[in-house]
Amino acid sequence: MSKIKKAFENGKAFIPFITCGDPSLEVTEQLVYAMEEAGADLIELGIPFSDPTAEGPVIQGANLRALSQGITTDDIFAMVRRIRENTQIPMVFMTYANVVFSYGTDRFVKTAAECGMDGLILPDVPYEEKEDFDPTCRKYGLDLVSLIAPTSSERIRTIAADAAGFIYCVSSLGVTGVRSDIQTDIGAMVKMVKETRDIPCAVGFGISTPQQAAKMADVADGVIVGSAIVKLCAKYGTECVPYVKEYVAEMKKAVGQKGRSPLSH
Amino acid sequence: MSKGRFGIHGGQYMPETLMNAVIELEDAYNYYKNDPEFNRELTELYNEYAGRPSRLTYAARMTEDLGGAKIYLKREDLNHTGSHKINNVLGQVLLAKKMGKTRVIAETGAGQHGVATATVAALMNMECEVFMGKEDTIRQALNVYRMKLLGTTVHPVETGTATLKDAVSEAMREWTSRIADTHYVLGSVMGPHPFPTIVRDFQAVISREIKQQMMEKEGRLPDVVMACVGGGSNAMGAFYHFIDDPGVQLIGCEAAGRGVNTKDTAATIATGKLGIFHGMKSYFCQDEYGQIAPVYSISAGLDYPGIGPEHANLYDTGRAQYVPVTDDEAVEAFEYLSRTEGIIPAIESAHAVAHAMKIAGNMGKDKIIVINISGRGDKDCAAIARYRGEEIYE
Repeated sequence: MSKIKKAFENGKAFIPFITCGDPSLEVTEQLVYAMEEAGADLIELGIPFSDPTAEGPVIQGANLRALSQGITTDDIFAMVRRIRENTQIPMVFMTYANVVFSYGTDRFVKTAAECGMDGLILPDVPYEEKEDFDPTCRKYGLDLVSLIAPTSSERIRTIAADAAGFIYCVSSLGVTGVRSDIQTDIGAMVKMVKETRDIPCAVGFGISTPQQAAKMADVADGVIVGSAIVKLCAKYGTECVPYVKEYVAEMKKAVGQKGRSPLSH
Repeated sequence: MSKGRFGIHGGQYMPETLMNAVIELEDAYNYYKNDPEFNRELTELYNEYAGRPSRLTYAARMTEDLGGAKIYLKREDLNHTGSHKINNVLGQVLLAKKMGKTRVIAETGAGQHGVATATVAALMNMECEVFMGKEDTIRQALNVYRMKLLGTTVHPVETGTATLKDAVSEAMREWTSRIADTHYVLGSVMGPHPFPTIVRDFQAVISREIKQQMMEKEGRLPDVVMACVGGGSNAMGAFYHFIDDPGVQLIGCEAAGRGVNTKDTAATIATGKLGIFHGMKSYFCQDEYGQIAPVYSISAGLDYPGIGPEHANLYDTGRAQYVPVTDDEAVEAFEYLSRTEGIIPAIESAHAVAHAMKIAGNMGKDKIIVINISGRGDKDCAAIARYRGEEIYE
């Protein structure tokens, strides 16, 4: 069984995202340990890209901060190797197609798998283009995570039938970033996935409060939070670890609570 | 599975959120491109609104001065709004209207595509928002004012290098947040399928006309067709109907900025490598880790780190050549064409003029060169004056 599946075995999963190298790779490493202690089930590590077209201003800022320090893909692989000496928490990379492609897709995926990464999320690679990456990921045992969006409609069945690891349900239109209100019928998206295939579904984009997280956890298997955490990294810089840890603990508690009333539409 | 390939290039590297939108666009385009009523309306707009066909002017003094090949200028500068951009915009906004969209968004570099989109949006009563790099809103302040005058909202983009690539990124982000009523009028032969094909088809009117005008004037095809290349829409339009005529040499002129051996360049074929960005696989200026390079050119319209996928394939197959032209050479050509022919070309188009100046003299007098003058240079006068150390007030 892939380690990603294990992340969804202990109730609803909480999946935090951080950008590697924001504010430094040393802090990124400490954040991984702290988030695991706070109850994170799977960690998404962003490899910074110069032009992150799926990101809102918060994560764009994190990408630029990391790159301005000269952080490279090789530095990030080295950090993952260090992390793997201390923890086996499931981890996936989130980056853009060109970061993987320019490194050499085979070389990137092979190295990522050897370092101990469990999956890869590429928001600019839709179902139609996954042939460039998916066979390589399968060869080295890395799950290429598929995304579904509020606009996907019937595409959801096609995507789900061929998906690996978990399905990333994009909660809203637009780019990443905190939203006060999520109106998409996530339950219907998840239902369509499950009718096709038994694979975990985690919801991301726009979630920041425990209330939102609890609501999403009612209808999905996990909740992904990025911008709200990256905001803490931006605000507290090298001092951010305890703040992020506290936030993750609070969010994990919210998604883990049982017996809430069902989501009202 | 993957669609819209030109050799290995092209494809649809887009967020899942936009996939149904590009599929819907492809379906609509495939329907309307064969619809007689759509084509009748578009031809009428080209002729009665944009002023097509554009002229093919014999450049007598330039020909005499360079002492070699006969030079003709394809006068896209004479189109309404002052550049070739209107060809694509009329097609796309008409298509968007047929699709029931009520709002268009666009990116712009030099402002020519933004102005064309703002113009057609006004004509067709569509809401319009244009994304433009902050740096470019300063370099091309006049075009910003023109867009506002036409009823468009201009969003200065401050991310990244605050130039064309950032404007494209921001327009793509905007499209993911509002799709149902909005069409993204992409301005060049780039981005995800079907944009490179749609834009090329609407720009192909340029080479269709050149071919016909050449046969009327000279009774034969030209030996060389050349055009400037950023994303590559005017060049693709000027090349397209000549691709199957192997006797016609096709030359794309890239912006070398301060030189291809410096970091201040935007010459993608000369300095880039294969990559995936802005929806397509193609050549991009980038570092060894795939980070997109902060490119530079004096020309805001060519200041882009990539090139359209069909050009990348024309390069791979050897059907077209791509040559770098520096800022200095382009500025000299800008001044030269103004003095010699009484035509002030866009600084973008001046890159093609500069290359013609290099090669025409070494060609026989029986040879013919066509230079695509993609736009007029009024918008550039203040910037060129500054480049020459003269401060003028617009």
